[in-house]
Amino acid sequence: MIALEKRPTPSRALSLSTPIIAVIITMIMGGLLFSVLGKNPIEAIRTIFWDPVFGEFAFYYRPQLLVKAAPLVLIAIGLSLGFKAGIWNIGAEGQYIMGAICGAAVGLAFYPTESRLIFPLMIVAGALGGWAWGMIPALLKVRFGTNEILVSLMLVYVADQLLASMSLGLLRNPEGMGFPGSRNFSDFAAGSSWINEAAGLHWGMAFAFIAVIFSYILLNRHILGFNIRLTGEAPRAARFAGVNPTRLILFCLGTSGALAGLAGFFEVTGPSGQINIDFASGYGFTAIIVAFLGRLHPVGILLAALLMALTYVGGDLAQGNLGLPSAAIQVFQGMLLFFLLALDLLTNYRVVLKTKGAA
Amino acid sequence: MSTPLLSIKGLTKTYPGVVANDDVSFDIGTNEVHALLGENGAGKSTLVKMIYGLVKPDSGTMTWNGQPFAPPEPKAARASGVAMVFQHFSLFDALSVAENVALGMENPPAMRDLARRIRRVSETYGLPLDPNRTVGDLSAGERQRVEIIRCLLQDPKLLIMDEPTSVLTPQEVEILFQTLNKLKAEGTSILYISHKLEEIRALCDHATILRLGKNVGECVPADTSARDMAELMVGDTLQTPTRTTEKAGDVVLDVSGLTLEPTNDYGTTLKNIHFTVRAGEILGIGGVAGNGQDELLAALSGESLTWPDSIKVNGQDVANLGPNARRELGILAAPEERLGHAAAPDLSLTENALLTGAIREGLTNNGFVNWSKTTEFADTIIKEFDVRTPGNHVAARALSGGNLQKFVIGREVLQRPEVLVVNQPTWGVDAAAAASIRQALLDLAAGGAAIVVISQDLDELMEISDRFGALNEGRLSDLRPAAGLSIDEIGLMMGGAHGMEVAHVGEEEKEGASA
Repeated sequence: MIALEKRPTPSRALSLSTPIIAVIITMIMGGLLFSVLGKNPIEAIRTIFWDPVFGEFAFYYRPQLLVKAAPLVLIAIGLSLGFKAGIWNIGAEGQYIMGAICGAAVGLAFYPTESRLIFPLMIVAGALGGWAWGMIPALLKVRFGTNEILVSLMLVYVADQLLASMSLGLLRNPEGMGFPGSRNFSDFAAGSSWINEAAGLHWGMAFAFIAVIFSYILLNRHILGFNIRLTGEAPRAARFAGVNPTRLILFCLGTSGALAGLAGFFEVTGPSGQINIDFASGYGFTAIIVAFLGRLHPVGILLAALLMALTYVGGDLAQGNLGLPSAAIQVFQGMLLFFLLALDLLTNYRVVLKTKGAA
Repeated sequence: MSTPLLSIKGLTKTYPGVVANDDVSFDIGTNEVHALLGENGAGKSTLVKMIYGLVKPDSGTMTWNGQPFAPPEPKAARASGVAMVFQHFSLFDALSVAENVALGMENPPAMRDLARRIRRVSETYGLPLDPNRTVGDLSAGERQRVEIIRCLLQDPKLLIMDEPTSVLTPQEVEILFQTLNKLKAEGTSILYISHKLEEIRALCDHATILRLGKNVGECVPADTSARDMAELMVGDTLQTPTRTTEKAGDVVLDVSGLTLEPTNDYGTTLKNIHFTVRAGEILGIGGVAGNGQDELLAALSGESLTWPDSIKVNGQDVANLGPNARRELGILAAPEERLGHAAAPDLSLTENALLTGAIREGLTNNGFVNWSKTTEFADTIIKEFDVRTPGNHVAARALSGGNLQKFVIGREVLQRPEVLVVNQPTWGVDAAAAASIRQALLDLAAGGAAIVVISQDLDELMEISDRFGALNEGRLSDLRPAAGLSIDEIGLMMGGAHGMEVAHVGEEEKEGASA
């Protein structure tokens, strides 16, 4: 009989190596899946994991990876702070949309003025938009004890409606011949987040790196980060240590909202280019997976976001080149998460074989 | 002598890294109250879990009335006639007594019949209990009666009781002993687990003493002195804490009119509590668990805020200050629950040192943690308080209860408190560690700190406190000098026997028989 036994202290070696083991198992099982579908498994795996980074057209795909990873990192870093403290912001998608709308609106208000001051102002507006959207569930939780999971999630759909209304109404391009959608920021240099569009670099990537560094310092060197971890580990001990739960909720939801808002802002003024009905692309939800895949650790999140971006870019490539159905790619991505979470158990438990009866 | 009811031969059980029971053998006769004596961690609980079918032995055999006995699960043990009252009750607060009893039965009868049977058993054995009351409203002693009655309804041949008196007032202990003696007279054997020697001398016919998982001796408790049994149990001569009596100084902690609503549904309301503690003085607060101890600690530590002027330290009102503001003023506390309240289970000892030490030890600078200083502080605690651990990086949950308790107490004592409030400082701690913790508290008082010790261990309170009071249903009794208090007086301060005026087993038996 196989039984699980709790380890006295979590295994450090395993907590570092399980993500790699999970990726390897996913490759093996995914390979089996692809071969059942009649594709060459080695070629499929190579197309997903190798070609985007080292293949013939890697010069095109590498920037794509960063473009996809940057918003995931920004959002997931913010979410991880709350998740560590047991505060569940599920509505990053909504905060992402609101950040994009607010940042873009400020920029468009100045169109076509060209000034160096406009872009910083837009950044602040984007962050504030996301922050404000995150403060709604925070204030309701603090004041009335509502559940932040439900409120933040429902606000995603409110934000979605606002986005549609904005792209059809207030922010619609006056020279757009009646088509929905705002002016494109690629025509407005002062408001564009691209640093170098040809190289695929935009300011969101810089902010993502800064967020990783700040979050690392906060969690490892600052008492506030310690209080966040303590609240998640043992809420009663946190109260005893003098942590003010109200302030912590406001901080965590506000920060994750602001970071998600920034992600949305850099996306709308860069890769996406305009406020439009189909702007929301699910980054806010995918970031939840990224946060856990990275074990809520800043560096882990950075790697997890890159891995996630790789399966997206590589998955697209495999669909195009090998004719794999998109559902197979989604199953493949699901497998990765499944194996990672399953193996996660091993850091806290060890498997012991027991002979039935005697033990 | 006839065949013993239960005969244990060579039982051994090992867990990774520890031998819980090593070749333990003894017999329990019919009509016998058999004591299983040993310190915390001596292997008593593992042994009875094997008898009750919760744990399977690695080797060794048991015979029950001459037949081989190896219960694969508690159900089988119960079918043979083994019943057990656990130290920690498994009762649902929101359900009635009868409903709780029904939940533990395989084929519960109709609720009305069950209520009648509960009443009959409770009257027969002098355990007054109303089957319709909600368990959440019962005192700890009454809850224990629910557990005992649940067992008695199975007509057990062997009743196992794990540390039954730790939650009882002296008067309630008296009643429990009458019940147990009556059970014995009717042919039920009892396996009585305890580390309280006087109880065992008063109640038990035989005693088996365990130390570090081994059977280190048997004796007839009535013929053996408590000191001899203690030395068998500890394996060493005991060191009694010594105190240097200092003259008490000025009033440091002044609590007046302290009233506090509980934070959860079944908590206790603190009602108009008054007391003062002087510098160099130890105030002992006794009482049965659940009578406001947790709430009092929370009010003093700053986790719960109270009305202005209800708590003053050196004349300054602190009732409205949180835990960290109080720490700055030198008011420190160590809660009862080690894992999850006093310490975070999954964080390392270093991180747990930061948990309360940040303010007074100056471990942060503009909010940035000085980890090297924190590690130093953790190492100092580990060294000064003899915490047995592979290092400061170990998670708190990996330490044994006694070692973690030494860490938690040490962490506060080393921060030079002016006022220290501790709840159950030696709960679940072996005798040697308990003695060193008490010594540390006495030394701290000798150094001029005002100390409040909340505890359910009366011997401990009598040993170290200058004055004594008891919490009962959220009220604090008048404070009396601890020296010269009799057990009877203490029992009355604790509220006498809960839930009954006078219980006479004999009289109620007659009523039960006539009913």
